[in-house]
Amino acid sequence: MAMQLTPEQQAMLDGAQGEVMAKVVKTLVMYGETFGATRMVPVTGDKGHLVTSFGLSMLDPVYKLMDQLIEADVLSKQKFSMDPRPLDPAVPANLLQKLVFKFMYSKQEQYEAQLEKMGLLNKDAFTCTCYMDEVGNKPAEGEVLSWAESSAVVYANSVLGARCNRNSGIIEMFGSIAGFVPEFGLVTDEGRKATWVVEINTTKKPEAQVLGSAIGLKVMEDVPYIRGLDKWLGTELTGDVCAYLKDMGAATASNGAVGLYHVANLTPEARKQGESLLAENVKTYVIDDAELERVQASYPVIWKDPDATPKLCFIGCPHLSLAQLHQWTADLSAALAAEGRSKVAIPTVMTAAPAVAKAFRATPEFKKLEATGVVLSSICPLMYMNNPLCGKMPVITCSNKLRTYTSARYYKEDEILRYISKGGL
Amino acid sequence: MATFKGRPVVPGNVTAEALVTHAGFNTLASFQKALMFGDKAATCSDQNNPELHGKGLFGKALCLPQTIGSTTGGMVLFCACEMGRQPACLLFSKPIDSLAAAGAILAGVWSENAMPTVDSLGDEFLEAVKTGSTVTVSEDGTVTVE
Repeated sequence: MAMQLTPEQQAMLDGAQGEVMAKVVKTLVMYGETFGATRMVPVTGDKGHLVTSFGLSMLDPVYKLMDQLIEADVLSKQKFSMDPRPLDPAVPANLLQKLVFKFMYSKQEQYEAQLEKMGLLNKDAFTCTCYMDEVGNKPAEGEVLSWAESSAVVYANSVLGARCNRNSGIIEMFGSIAGFVPEFGLVTDEGRKATWVVEINTTKKPEAQVLGSAIGLKVMEDVPYIRGLDKWLGTELTGDVCAYLKDMGAATASNGAVGLYHVANLTPEARKQGESLLAENVKTYVIDDAELERVQASYPVIWKDPDATPKLCFIGCPHLSLAQLHQWTADLSAALAAEGRSKVAIPTVMTAAPAVAKAFRATPEFKKLEATGVVLSSICPLMYMNNPLCGKMPVITCSNKLRTYTSARYYKEDEILRYISKGGL
Repeated sequence: MATFKGRPVVPGNVTAEALVTHAGFNTLASFQKALMFGDKAATCSDQNNPELHGKGLFGKALCLPQTIGSTTGGMVLFCACEMGRQPACLLFSKPIDSLAAAGAILAGVWSENAMPTVDSLGDEFLEAVKTGSTVTVSEDGTVTVE
């Protein structure tokens, strides 16, 4: 069945608001029809979130498209946040790496000027964790969104109960421009049913980033219903639990293509609907300690020299919460003291949203973190690693997303803490 | 010769040499270096995909199960088309994913260099087609492999 548009939507498609808007709507119609959508639904979320935050020279066609939209006054109907900026001079880089950054992201200034015209929330709205309280783009349960950025989409769907498909860059902007999105997939009740049950049978709290990786690799784009995690996380969405789910979800989305997960007795829809969220003929995946070890052991090491000494460590992909910054500071201070050191043994960058970093800098703990030599930044570690010269460096991380997309080597958080406080691997 | 029937997502007629991956196609990782450094052959830079790594993507009938990776994927495909570095067509064994669909449709609507795209060709399609096979795509979603 073809898409049924309202008279207003049809008029937009027919060119009542100009040729450029007509092409925006045509794109959304074709996109929706590909997935069986029969109607558009209004974007009810207050703000958008766009994934393409980088003025990469290779994306010239995107900047030309932005010019077309802006010249035709076809702008976003809502303010939006963006993924993190790709550059921060505070993050360690040598002269050659800096030269490559300059070449790679030569369009950054020009692109940010376009974004401001299109509807950028503010100059600090560059983070993958726009849903943090300090940032101010936190959708309410049930709101329909037009977002991209896989880690933000899976968080909004799963932890906040909002409704958003895993959109591509540009498509998410078109939804914010048109004010509506095609109704399919995770926007529908049916699309939010779980087709997998994941049973957590571990003897200790699973490492969030490995658990998410295991789930993503197994279920790919399907919706999992996770049983047994409430044993370790409890049944309240506290700050710590939300941070755990943020990191777990990012790994499900990057190691697979998960856009929504339910956690029994914890996430909003699972609390309300329980196992009525299960579709018929669900498949089951049991995760125990051995399975998590198997998954972690399967990660390839793509360093040229697997025994190289790490030259950099990234913590915070997705960006850290304020509580996580406090926790890392406390843990690192204690670990360094135990080693009789005052500074980290490996240059280390912790990343957080500009607004979160600002809040943290206002606390006494910031001085403690600064004293350890850790750089607090709001950079996108992925964009840093996309510099071919940085990609050749031995970089370690506790982010499974960073591991998946770059040459960075993954270690659990306690291992990372040990390495940066002690040195070596 | 084997014939398969899929669903035309972006209809078109084209004949090209097949390039096959049985693993998910990571769009950003595959095109990143080619687009950044102006490689006209669009040599695949995804080091996690041994079937494609080092092979030119431009002008090939890219046969794949689905795409994976960053949500920039659709935008990257659109850029590849606009910069004339795109595959001749995309042929999916499985139903197309939202990121690839976005890229194919963006190219179809906004670019001169549209990329015919067919999905749901079935697992048997990926078993039959080999890198180097000649593939012909018709507007109605029929794909022949020689």
